[in-house]
Amino acid sequence: MKAIPPDSVGLVTPARLQFSEPLALSSGGVLTDYDLVYETYGALNAEASNAVLICHALSGSHHVAGYHSLEDSKPGWWEQHVGPGKSIDSRRFFIVACNNLGSCFGSTGPASQNPATGRPYGPDFPMVTVRDWVESQARLADRLGIRRWAAVIGGSLGGMQALQWAIDYPERVRHAVIIAAAPKLTAQNIAFNEVARQAILTDPDFHEGRFYDHGTEPRRGLRLARMLGHITYLSDDIMREKFGRDLRGGKLNFDYQVAFEIESYLRHQADSFVGRFDANTYLLMTKALDYFDPAGATEGDLARALSGIKADTLVLSFTSDWRFAPARSREIVKALHDNDLNVSYAEITASHGHDAFLMRIPRYVDILTAYMDRVASGADA
Amino acid sequence: MTPSRIDFRIIADWIRPQSRVLDLGCGDGSLLDYLARSKGVNGYGLEIDDAHVGMCIKRGVNVIQTDLDAGLSEFDERSFDFVILSLTLQAVKYPDRLLREMLRVGTEGIVTFPNFGHWRTRWQLGLLGRMPISPALPHEWYNTPNIHLCTLRDFAKLCRDENIEVLESQVVDHAHRQRLGFRLFPNMLGEIALYRFRRAALP
Repeated sequence: MKAIPPDSVGLVTPARLQFSEPLALSSGGVLTDYDLVYETYGALNAEASNAVLICHALSGSHHVAGYHSLEDSKPGWWEQHVGPGKSIDSRRFFIVACNNLGSCFGSTGPASQNPATGRPYGPDFPMVTVRDWVESQARLADRLGIRRWAAVIGGSLGGMQALQWAIDYPERVRHAVIIAAAPKLTAQNIAFNEVARQAILTDPDFHEGRFYDHGTEPRRGLRLARMLGHITYLSDDIMREKFGRDLRGGKLNFDYQVAFEIESYLRHQADSFVGRFDANTYLLMTKALDYFDPAGATEGDLARALSGIKADTLVLSFTSDWRFAPARSREIVKALHDNDLNVSYAEITASHGHDAFLMRIPRYVDILTAYMDRVASGADA
Repeated sequence: MTPSRIDFRIIADWIRPQSRVLDLGCGDGSLLDYLARSKGVNGYGLEIDDAHVGMCIKRGVNVIQTDLDAGLSEFDERSFDFVILSLTLQAVKYPDRLLREMLRVGTEGIVTFPNFGHWRTRWQLGLLGRMPISPALPHEWYNTPNIHLCTLRDFAKLCRDENIEVLESQVVDHAHRQRLGFRLFPNMLGEIALYRFRRAALP
């Protein structure tokens, strides 16, 4: 990279905090000691009223925007929307992005050392849920001196965390922005996750999750899981548009090497994932997705599950997203207006599928910017 | 904000303070914004148009992007005190169904629509033999979104057929002003009709 664009938060350095008060998890397990890694952009104002939390999705991290070094080829995963003058404006907001527990990007996870054994946790790392993440993020907020978030924002699994925040800490969330999410996974969604997990679990290099001890990793399983994931993040239309039946070498070779561009794309995605992502983390994250169901505590009544919410909410979906389709977002919207809560909903026309939430789509930018203007003005609608 | 549009003022007069309101086809949200400021109402606007949805969000009006022709099934019975359909009735696929839906989810309904019985409309169709174009109905027949136009009398008849009790009605001109003679000859002189109604008690 030659120069950092002026609308970027620029060079950023992750921070790390250690927590030693035990965290009781939904599973019944306990994390006695853990680290959270996070990044912040912008400055917290004197009243601590301009803090915004950005929650990440399955393969995301705390590195939301900016660059870690001038050698970085790519900025953070939501550079499109976060930075000076962007929808989530670092000149107005103190933006916090936390790496979730169980991740492989710095916060305590399966690859971290288990203090009880002195070896990596591996399969002994307890399963974590969206609720557990919210709980850990609340402790981070305490440490950062943030009583109440101006907004909690997330896409996909991140959107689920934003919703859970509004449920669990009604007094601490002024606005929730829930993008391309769902109130729970469908059987089809769980099915995709299960295939991904089986790919990892049945890889001979998985070693029941203790692959670190064997100096290896379940590369084949992780590759397949990622390839399958990517198919579900794109729409049929965008695949046709981007790849069609284009041939890599211009002709059919009658072998099992890459023939079609789409194969090349999937293999590339898989290759760049392996070595960067931990197989145990992948298993954990997909389980957190599967288990997410706030209405589970209220006999399936989502409106009742959301009845304690005080936040104003913006819900966004994308027309071609079939992983978390607009109809799923509408379920959240209905449950919110059933409770007479302030909610706005927009369905963004986009051909990119689920991945659209990462993109810079003009109407998406406009709506997110308009809503964040409201958040900044302190208006509660 | 000052209510420059008399239709807004009439609607505001009809609405009790602090009511829960659903505005169908809420456009840029200006009516809901006005009602929130003048009457302290809260509620939601439903709107299909991308640009309008963005304007509502800018304004701080709760808006839900949706197609009215798909119905109001996501709203429970009696969720609102008032359901408003402002200059949209004539553009929906099933006006009769939507009226029934309005009185399912709300206690009272308020509808405004361009009056096809206005003398200028009658003149153009009846004497000139042309599809009418007027300030209230500015489109050509081939590009109009208004597919279900009616007169005051037609609307009154639909209400009778649907067992809907009209509580109040008014007419204004296309600039949303009231003029002399509107009370005497509303179906001839009124360009825009406003109705407030509820489900009639069963006989």
